[in-house]
Amino acid sequence: MKRILLSHGSGGKATASLIRDLMLKKFGNSILNELNDSAILNSTGEQKLCFTTDSFVVNPLFFTGGDIATLAVNGTVNDLAVMGARPLYLSCSFILEEGVEWNMLDRITTSMANAARKAKIQIVTGDTKVVEKGNTDKMYINTSGIGLLQKGLIISKELITAGDKIIINGEIGAHGLAVMSKRENFKTNIKSDCAPLWDIINNMLSVGGIKFMRDPTRGGVATVLCEIAENSNIGIKIKEESLPIHENVLSFSEILGLDPLYIANEGKVIAVVDKDKEKPMLSNMKKNALGKESAVIGEITKENKGKVVLETVIGGERIIDRLTGDQLPRIC
Amino acid sequence: MKYITEYRNKDLSLRLAGKINDYLLEYKGQISLMEVCGTHTHSIFRSGIMNLLSKNIKHLSGPGCPVCVTPNEYIDTAIAYSRLPDIIITTFGDMIKVPGSTSSLEKEKAAGGKVKIVYSPLESLEIARTNPKKKVVFLGVGFETTAPLVASTILTASDEKIKNFFVLSGHKLIPPAMTALLENKEVKIDGFICPGHVSAIIGEKPYEPIAFGYGIPSVIIGFEPIDLLQGIEMLVKQITKEKEPTVENQYRRVVRKNGNVKAMSLIKKVFETKDSTWRGLGQLPKSGLYIKDRYFHFDAAKQIKVTVEATKTPSKCICGKVLTGTKKPYDCKLFGKLCTPENPIGPCMVSSEGTCAAYYKFNKQ
Amino acid sequence: MCLAIPMKLIKIEGNKGVVELSGIQKEVSLNLLTNVKVGDYLIIHAGFAIEKLNEKEAKETLSIWEEIGNLQQS
Repeated sequence: MKRILLSHGSGGKATASLIRDLMLKKFGNSILNELNDSAILNSTGEQKLCFTTDSFVVNPLFFTGGDIATLAVNGTVNDLAVMGARPLYLSCSFILEEGVEWNMLDRITTSMANAARKAKIQIVTGDTKVVEKGNTDKMYINTSGIGLLQKGLIISKELITAGDKIIINGEIGAHGLAVMSKRENFKTNIKSDCAPLWDIINNMLSVGGIKFMRDPTRGGVATVLCEIAENSNIGIKIKEESLPIHENVLSFSEILGLDPLYIANEGKVIAVVDKDKEKPMLSNMKKNALGKESAVIGEITKENKGKVVLETVIGGERIIDRLTGDQLPRIC
Repeated sequence: MKYITEYRNKDLSLRLAGKINDYLLEYKGQISLMEVCGTHTHSIFRSGIMNLLSKNIKHLSGPGCPVCVTPNEYIDTAIAYSRLPDIIITTFGDMIKVPGSTSSLEKEKAAGGKVKIVYSPLESLEIARTNPKKKVVFLGVGFETTAPLVASTILTASDEKIKNFFVLSGHKLIPPAMTALLENKEVKIDGFICPGHVSAIIGEKPYEPIAFGYGIPSVIIGFEPIDLLQGIEMLVKQITKEKEPTVENQYRRVVRKNGNVKAMSLIKKVFETKDSTWRGLGQLPKSGLYIKDRYFHFDAAKQIKVTVEATKTPSKCICGKVLTGTKKPYDCKLFGKLCTPENPIGPCMVSSEGTCAAYYKFNKQ
Repeated sequence: MCLAIPMKLIKIEGNKGVVELSGIQKEVSLNLLTNVKVGDYLIIHAGFAIEKLNEKEAKETLSIWEEIGNLQQS
């Protein structure tokens, strides 16, 4: 009997097959089929509406640099922001396990309020359900968001051409490892990068030249790059030595046998930018608190169509591919 | 990262690669080098060093992936345990996707089996301490690097009189596999890249029959790009210039000539060596570690009675030939079509260090 | 089974030690080693220290490569 496996939820190839074979097949339409971070709605008015949703099932609920509430707000807010839409309103649904402590929920809702204030959005509607003990892992949160797309803005994969630069606003791999370090009984100083991206993205939009944006959450930078390159007539070349990675993140990855390129980030945006805008874009991003370590990590190429090629630190080469499911800590 | 970053220097890598290529220009022939450790396969592909080296170095990946060489019977047994109500299976990550005859631990987990991924056998022992009503089985898969850890954990369990901790031993030994490869006339190997961390335990001596008996140059090599290149330089120099093949040690900062004597004594205390079945190689004499009678309380195979389904081996899968280096992954009719990382048929595709998975991820040729 | 990383021993507590790399700390078993002291670099595999890194050898290996560089430059 075919069953749902954990790998179906990890954002890799298994997730892609599930969405294609069930969801798109059953209720696909021209908007959904785009599979963007947010849907751009056919709405009247000068600015189009953007709409998105996400569910948060993190374990542990609290980790260094964030918690399930900050994730729930910023995850959805950022899905709007990377489409070029100013986030405005969120809905919030809680599914709580019977027996969860009131104090814990107090902490979570306080955190959610703070995150909403920082992201400059209002939570305007919501729902709460309680399920019997044992039927859920303490709590799950779903948030849906609405934003307004900047007038006249068009961002699309189709705009990408050879020579464009790939820019990220800072160091990678911190969020996934911050969560993992609690689970794996390691003591680390790794802090999740969970943060709202609209401010820095709004500034980036004012520079101009942005062809495409995406936030590298589950599946990491590698998955976003593969999504850009696959089924296209362009290739991507990345330089390993250009990837901004803090030493503690690199070290912890080495210990667990993980590749930082596939680890989740929650405060990062990857932008494909016209090469003529590379310098002003970087300079602008570095002025923002969330962009101090912004870097060009690679470029779009004519060669290697459909592929992501990495030049290794020693000058060798390898192909970056999508993962099937979650990256598992290796022992060998 | 001290003692890691220095070994990733681009300048030195290019110089070492240049030196290796110069040897090959002079030699004017092809040479085949085999690594027998899955981590070496992974490191070689991750670093991209083969791009820097002459096409006259043929790179073979041998049976060093402990998951790859675990036979179907072992996985079927673990799956059968996972279906029992009072069992918790604890295992290293890669094992959960390995296909057995009809299922995998990943699929059993989805169907309700209790399977937990652990970083260390010590975590498994802790799970046993905190779940006294459950039987906790650790899947002891791995070569000489991991066997002493499991031996030590069994001894700790014994000292603490823990009654609900068990190990299903699938540990295997590398030198018998290397010898078996050389007995196979089909395989042409000019030099062995010997596993760095296995050698940290067993030392240099076990490779002497390979070098002096079979005449195959053998170099113990580390895992960073500079280690790989320096070790390959030593191997290529032996093959193309030196007359007498010998055992050399590039990884001297970690591997001592006599290995880790204490770790070896723990293996000898807890395990005995017997014949064992290797996927792709068949039964090899004195190549597996089994828990001694003295510690039979911890031996899952003796303590936990279960019916295991009849073993089925997939017919078109050529993992056996891929493991021995006689075929490349793209020679397999199933590679990339019916056998992919999402739907692996043989363990060479399942494990992140498996030859087919490495090829699929890094090469796709 | 070979993934193992050099980490610095910062504390010994009986047959367990705390090792550290770039601010990452882990308690590991020292059962497989004898004569270790705080400050040693240990090779860590699956929660155990399997060997002590020989810093003298590490320096010598690096200096050989510098020699290659000098020879090629001259």
